[in-house]
Amino acid sequence: MSAVQTRYAGGWKQLICKGLTATYIAACFCFIFAPVAVLVLFSFQDGRLPVPPFHGPTLHWYGQALANDRLLSAMGHSFVVGAGSAFLSVVLGFLAAYGLARYRFRGQALVRGILVLPMAVSYLIVGMGLLVMASWLNIAPSLWLVCISHIVINMPLAFAICSAQFNPAQVRMEMAAADLGASLPRVLLQITVPMMAPALIAAFILCFTLSWDEFLTAFLLSRFDITLPVAIWGLLRGGLNPQTNAIGSMVFFGAAALALGAEYLMFRKKSS
Amino acid sequence: MTVSHPSSASTNHLSVEAVSKHYPGQIALETVSLHVERGNYVVLLGPSGSGKTTLLSLIGGFTLPSSGVIRIGGQDVTDLPPAKRPTTTVFQDYALFPHMSVAANIEFGLKLRGLKADARKVRVSEMLELVGLGQHGERSIQALSGGQRQRVALARALAVEPEILLLDEPLGALDLALRRQMQDELHRIQRQMNRTFVHVTHDQEEAMALADLIVVMSHGRIEDMGPPRRVYMRPATRFAATFMGESTQIEGRIHAQDGQVITLETQQGFLRGMAAPAEGAMTDTDTQSRTWCIGDKAVAIIRPENIKTTPDYGQAIGQALVCETVFQGNYVRVFARSETGQTFVLHSPARQVPASGDTITPHALVDDITIVPAQEG
Repeated sequence: MSAVQTRYAGGWKQLICKGLTATYIAACFCFIFAPVAVLVLFSFQDGRLPVPPFHGPTLHWYGQALANDRLLSAMGHSFVVGAGSAFLSVVLGFLAAYGLARYRFRGQALVRGILVLPMAVSYLIVGMGLLVMASWLNIAPSLWLVCISHIVINMPLAFAICSAQFNPAQVRMEMAAADLGASLPRVLLQITVPMMAPALIAAFILCFTLSWDEFLTAFLLSRFDITLPVAIWGLLRGGLNPQTNAIGSMVFFGAAALALGAEYLMFRKKSS
Repeated sequence: MTVSHPSSASTNHLSVEAVSKHYPGQIALETVSLHVERGNYVVLLGPSGSGKTTLLSLIGGFTLPSSGVIRIGGQDVTDLPPAKRPTTTVFQDYALFPHMSVAANIEFGLKLRGLKADARKVRVSEMLELVGLGQHGERSIQALSGGQRQRVALARALAVEPEILLLDEPLGALDLALRRQMQDELHRIQRQMNRTFVHVTHDQEEAMALADLIVVMSHGRIEDMGPPRRVYMRPATRFAATFMGESTQIEGRIHAQDGQVITLETQQGFLRGMAAPAEGAMTDTDTQSRTWCIGDKAVAIIRPENIKTTPDYGQAIGQALVCETVFQGNYVRVFARSETGQTFVLHSPARQVPASGDTITPHALVDDITIVPAQEG
């Protein structure tokens, strides 16, 4: 009888433990996602201020946001800058990682260190540095400069992601391809890149997301053509407005869809 | 009347001429020379660190030699990259392209050679048939077993019709039964394709089963090379003798030489045996390049199956006490030791096994004893 009781008590303990764990996880997610949930909720606010109490729902502000040329063109700019800088970051990071993984040379550790160093430099310094250099060279602030700053910021990340994915088994696959007559560009494009595809896609998405979000250097280095974060900042200066909530929600759902899509792609590749 | 060409290099399909490979603080290969005729199955045999893989890599073009020349079909390929050489390699871990199907793996090299799609398709199915994977063309690499991957790697390398196929421990990752099966397959495929194969292994049984020419390597040098039977029965050096299988080794000094028969003075008494052939000898009797001096240290090598305990069988080699017997199925391995500390290993028929503690008198024929120089160091 006592054995049954102990087991019963043990069951309770386990239940409490599980309950606590679940509560803790729920609290964590709540902490992370509550602001987003609030943002999304008040984008449907039927009123001029995105603050409680909630009235609505209405799609009025979504209509407003989509009719706002300034916001839409900023979104377009952000997309171009994000895709362009992410693509170049991944290409450069991949090639740097490839070179360091496949060849041995003097000063290799130093080169590796210098490549990842920009990760430790604050965005403000990167932005100011580029601004100073641009004015020294008489180049006006533009989206090109924003793009360059995003490559400076994101390339080390792409490099680190690619570096972590290289292994000796791939070296022999590349050797096999070269042995069968493939030139180096062909080996890279037909063997290395497809083998690394999951890492490359992940690096691209990460770089794109970071570029899409980046405000500081984009603010410093752009003038007439601006990116979405700079445009939203401009809107916020005029006070809180559910329109910014609407545009924020759209950006959030877009990014979430992208991340889910990438995950699905990679998952499907692995399981096949 | 035709005048025969003076150069012997033209008759050799693969020539490795005085090739060395030095790494900082390390010598991987030291003045290695090797000549192989077309259609031969060559096995490079040796322990790890013997330089066999380095030699294969030099032939394939993945490593450049510090000095020396490599010729294939008479053409100097020493400075050519792997892609430009008429060789392909089967890697130890197969190195198949994981993102491609079986057929696409085999097709890869054919595409690079500019074959039309129809011709490629025909060739791929031929190769799949050759390696016994006829129905597996559309499978993904991940879905294959180790043995099947091995076959795909073989088909991919052979599809481009290389002059020489290089195999780097191709059977090392397979279990024993599968390894023996793949050995037979390799042998059949090599005969069928009639190409030169160069195969690296540390398994002497594998080497003997496959090779037309065994090259025994140690410490970056060729210890011995020749047909398997010759290298096993009549090894040129003590290392080759030891690496090719079990033997009884009796040390002594050279007492007399009469043609190829050498008399060795040992603690077991005088022992007559055949002089070891020169390294690289194709037959048992090629001993010309050796010089023997009376009084030099030498070792008599006797394979276990050539020692009998019956009287009137060649010469008696002292007496020995049986210390251990090991049942091996169709024979029994007998370990014995003489009063002077000389150990013997012999194979005895399962019917008439001496018991531990018995005294035996080992006998061997002069022809079954090989006298090799004692190695320095």
